[in-house]
Amino acid sequence: MAEIMTLDGVKKSYGGGKSPLVEVLHGIGLQLVEGEFAALLGPSGSGKSTLLNIMGLLETPTAGELHIAGTATAGLDDAARTALRNRYLGFVFQFHHLLPAFSALENVMMPLFAGQGRVTLQDRERAAMLLQRVGLAEHAAKRPVQLSGGQQQRVAIVRALMNRPRLVLADEPTGNLDTQTANEVFALLHELNREDGTTFLIVTHDQRLADGCPRQIRLLDGRLQPDGVVSPAPSASGR
Amino acid sequence: MNFVWTVAWRLLREGRFQTALILAGVSIGVGVIVYITAIVSGLQANIIERTLSTQAHVVLRPADLVNQAPLTVPGSVKLADIAKRTQRENTIANWGSIVARVRGTPNVSAVAAMASGPGVAQQGGVRKSIVLMGVDLDDYRQVVRLDNKLKAGRLLLPTGTALIGKELAADLGLQPGGRLRLQTATGGSQSMTVGAILDFGLKDLNKRWVLLPLREAQNLLGFQRDVTEIYIKSERLFEAESLAANLALATGLTADSWQTSNGQLVTALKSQSASSLMIRVFVTFAVALGIASVLVVSVVQRQREIGILRAMGTPASRILAVFLLQGGLVGLFGSLFGSLLGAAMSVGISRLALTEDGSPLFPVVLDGELFVTTALIATLVGVLAALLPALRAARLDPVEAIRG
Repeated sequence: MAEIMTLDGVKKSYGGGKSPLVEVLHGIGLQLVEGEFAALLGPSGSGKSTLLNIMGLLETPTAGELHIAGTATAGLDDAARTALRNRYLGFVFQFHHLLPAFSALENVMMPLFAGQGRVTLQDRERAAMLLQRVGLAEHAAKRPVQLSGGQQQRVAIVRALMNRPRLVLADEPTGNLDTQTANEVFALLHELNREDGTTFLIVTHDQRLADGCPRQIRLLDGRLQPDGVVSPAPSASGR
Repeated sequence: MNFVWTVAWRLLREGRFQTALILAGVSIGVGVIVYITAIVSGLQANIIERTLSTQAHVVLRPADLVNQAPLTVPGSVKLADIAKRTQRENTIANWGSIVARVRGTPNVSAVAAMASGPGVAQQGGVRKSIVLMGVDLDDYRQVVRLDNKLKAGRLLLPTGTALIGKELAADLGLQPGGRLRLQTATGGSQSMTVGAILDFGLKDLNKRWVLLPLREAQNLLGFQRDVTEIYIKSERLFEAESLAANLALATGLTADSWQTSNGQLVTALKSQSASSLMIRVFVTFAVALGIASVLVVSVVQRQREIGILRAMGTPASRILAVFLLQGGLVGLFGSLFGSLLGAAMSVGISRLALTEDGSPLFPVVLDGELFVTTALIATLVGVLAALLPALRAARLDPVEAIRG
């Protein structure tokens, strides 16, 4: 299967100069292949967010290589990284982060709109189809505030799919949902993975949800735990 | 549907209170600018029109006669006290060719020759000191408007008629058709019929000015066929000075523009223009700062949304454009409301504040050009004012912005 993303010896440190240098990631090597459904687990402070930001091309590694769909990303400027993000990646945030000034349908179209600068009627139809797929067809014209938490997160998930990304990065997508809604949202992610073959990397604290993922990547103190090695269970009070 | 326009518009619409506030600020600023401009240009146009209603734009007079200094031997020191000569018999002799030449000069719309000099008007034992002004009425009327000054009689000047000011008519008890005797110091004396009574707008002129046919004035004043002044109307009022300079060079005569003849007025108008310009500049600054500060707050408030947009792949340049456009839109719409406001205020005051004779105290000039210029400048100022907030938005680090 094709590799979507490869990390090789990725390090990240903060500070330097007057403030002390702190290394958060100590050389991460990781591959994600097409169609994977992986969970990224780790306690608070393990470097999960930093790793996710680096994989999302939102931060640059201090050292190491990151390839996305075969493209090396070292040395690219902001415009080039922005273009890669727009083309290959989809983002789902913990707090849905929909734009309040736009309707559900417009929010779904936003990645395409933002990347191309304009949208066509076909794009609109695709967005409507995506909303229909997650059972929100009749809510297309509503603003985010008029939707429930679960509905908002479903809009955010299909928004991440709008550009047909190769990889969707989800940062605790069920973090602020009640258990039942969280289960539904997780089931939806699974379904999208099975039916479309979209690759997902899902950061979660919830071991129960992670157990439902074919692959679990564990991060502890800035290092990856070998697959299959059970690390100390992340504390439930982590968030 | 264009991303930049749609997002800029939505953000403005969504931030209702802020948008209303910023629009009100821009509108008031633009309103004040339009109001001041309209009032000042109205006042100035009115003052200039009133001043020039009895004056030519450029007047040609004979060149001064100057005494020659004695020849100087090289290496010697010259001690001389040269008094100015009396300008006796100083008239323009070959004026026919000069008038023809002046007529052919660019920017000259009308030319009139005049023979003027002091005299006395006499009627029933009353004598009044006057100025005799011999003109060709058709030429003169093209330089100085007379139809709005006519109080009684008809604007015709056949041989043997004189047009007199209303004060002189009152002093001598004259009506159109009445007769008066004109005398000059050179011994000329002639009885004339009053053709019309005029109001020149100034009491002094109304007491003294007497218009009569050129030929008769020349006879009375003993000028033979000479004239003393050539009146010129320029097509471009504010280029009268350069026209005068050109004509002085071309004819060898002294040329005075209306600006030279009304130095104090010109200074007053200039300082008025300067102070109104200053007010406009400072109001523009205040408006720009207002737009900038509201947009800065808006960027801070929408930090997370901007971060989301950046994360999902919006180029920084597009974010920059969104905020620049917001500034431009605020400037444009603010200037539209402001122009209405300013126009309403100007028209209002010109209706309310009236002089004794019922004409507006502040005659207002509202031309379309003012509104177009204002709208353009306001839009530009809006875009410039948005530059700092827009750069700030475009440079936001998505990670920091989303974290909040």
